[in-house]
Amino acid sequence: MKLARRSPLRGGPLAYAVLAVATLLAVFPFYWTLVAASRSNAELSAPTPALTPGPNLFHNIGEALAQADIGGALFNSLVVSSAVTAGVVLSSTLAGFAFAKLRFRGRGLLLALTVGTMMIPPQLGVIPLFMVIVRLDLQNKLPAVILPSLVSAFGVFFMRQFLLQALPDELIEAGRMDGASALRIFVSIVLPVARPGMAVLAMLTFMATWNDFFWPIVALSSQNPTVQVALKSLGQGYVPDQSIVMAGTLLGTLPVLVVFALLGRQIVGGIMQGAVKG
Amino acid sequence: MAVSTSARLPAAATVPRRRRTGRLAPYGFVAPFFTLFAAFGLFPLLYTAYVSLHRVELQTADRMDWLGLQNYTRLLEDPFFWNALRNTFTIGVLSTVPQLLMALGLAHLLNYRLRGRTFFRVAMLMPYATSVAAATLVFAQLFGRDYGLINWLLGSAGLGPVDWQASTWASQLGVSAIVTWRWTGYNALIYLAGMQAVPGELYESAAVDGASRWQQFRHITVPGLRPTIVFTVVVSTIGATQLFGEPLLYEGNAGGGISHQYQTLGLYLYEQGWSFFHLGRAAAVAWVMFLLIVVLALVNAAVAARRNRTDR
Repeated sequence: MKLARRSPLRGGPLAYAVLAVATLLAVFPFYWTLVAASRSNAELSAPTPALTPGPNLFHNIGEALAQADIGGALFNSLVVSSAVTAGVVLSSTLAGFAFAKLRFRGRGLLLALTVGTMMIPPQLGVIPLFMVIVRLDLQNKLPAVILPSLVSAFGVFFMRQFLLQALPDELIEAGRMDGASALRIFVSIVLPVARPGMAVLAMLTFMATWNDFFWPIVALSSQNPTVQVALKSLGQGYVPDQSIVMAGTLLGTLPVLVVFALLGRQIVGGIMQGAVKG
Repeated sequence: MAVSTSARLPAAATVPRRRRTGRLAPYGFVAPFFTLFAAFGLFPLLYTAYVSLHRVELQTADRMDWLGLQNYTRLLEDPFFWNALRNTFTIGVLSTVPQLLMALGLAHLLNYRLRGRTFFRVAMLMPYATSVAAATLVFAQLFGRDYGLINWLLGSAGLGPVDWQASTWASQLGVSAIVTWRWTGYNALIYLAGMQAVPGELYESAAVDGASRWQQFRHITVPGLRPTIVFTVVVSTIGATQLFGEPLLYEGNAGGGISHQYQTLGLYLYEQGWSFFHLGRAAAVAWVMFLLIVVLALVNAAVAARRNRTDR
């Protein structure tokens, strides 16, 4: 990150010790999921709990796939998260560009409306949304969870802040001088500049959609679940065997963890950037 | 770039066209967002208030019968509503206060010059990447009464087993622990970003003046972070108000424990709507939650403004 400068203080042994403990606490539940997912149910209810992985991992994963259809859930989550990410990134970049660089009547009001509702939890609108979905006969179908999430007030604000900084007015002015249409300016000038911001927004949106809970469990059922809906069924005793529940949890978490392992540094950067601007 | 090819056109031909598109194009850019935002964001939010004045049942969700304020009066008479409100408050405090204090401390440490700083940052953000459902299923295991790892650890330290489910304070602590685990690292990074924006010279001159590390933290870091702290307090308060997934999956029922000992407002809303099928009443709960959030935001703003004045 650009902000990184030489820190005023060097960390002493105590700082390392405290950070090591914090890291351990943050990571241990992941390790323990692996332990529990690779043991048998009997071992999980022994007086002395197992602390190292056992031999049953693949057996339990197979059971989780067979009993709770985690495979179908993973596929559904992939479809939903990809569609939502594409929609959010595109609509946010379009609107964010207009708010950052174009002048038009009502701009201030519309922006205030967007930012003002950013803090209101969507959970509060869930009942009318449910009634709409029932009326459209979309209950238990994937569009029910895709449609309402295709746009995001946070996304618009995020892209506006990004483009405000990253896109020089002269570039757009030059495009105008050349007589390029607004759409042309967007495609050939704005998009290339916006790409890093779009990438961060895409990562954050994908993770948030993958992990979204309230609306999916209301709109979908265990007949056609996303990963979180399947996990809810597991948590409500759908499968009695705890080691299989943990195997399912492991499977459902693995994709985000892989994304995190590959892009962790960028996600950290994105969150810190967003914090400074927001 | 291809954009420049039309540059030689006579000015008279391009200007009117430019004006026309110039005036309408911005609306074209914001239209996709606002169309869907109005349909799936604003409308449901406002329509919730209207639904809350009707009897709407889950099985016949397209039929609405006018009730006036009856959903609200029934709500205020329901002891479980007040119980949920109380629990939301206590769990909110239990999960938010330690979380933000620890995040502040960790951010201070992360701001030191460290070996492996990216490793620490990424590791601490990992819980944030996990879903509520996954985290809760794992913690529900760890907090198991008979075979849970935490009671085993307590036992080896000579402490009696804690009933993390049936006991009111222990179950609320358990639910709060999940929230704290997921969000501490995230908030630490937000604070860290704020800290890096504090000019380094302030620390250098303070060190020259003989200020201890604690004094530097207290008198330079914390005041410099004030806007960031207000931001995190607002966001965590809103999150705490609508807490839902953790108490739902802690034992897997919408009642929030055998005697509703950790049922939150969010869970109460869900129970009204999807266990008891009263969507109208659930809408009333949602509207109460909305008002609660507005009040909390105003309180936050007032406190922040007041602190600013007294500081000057």
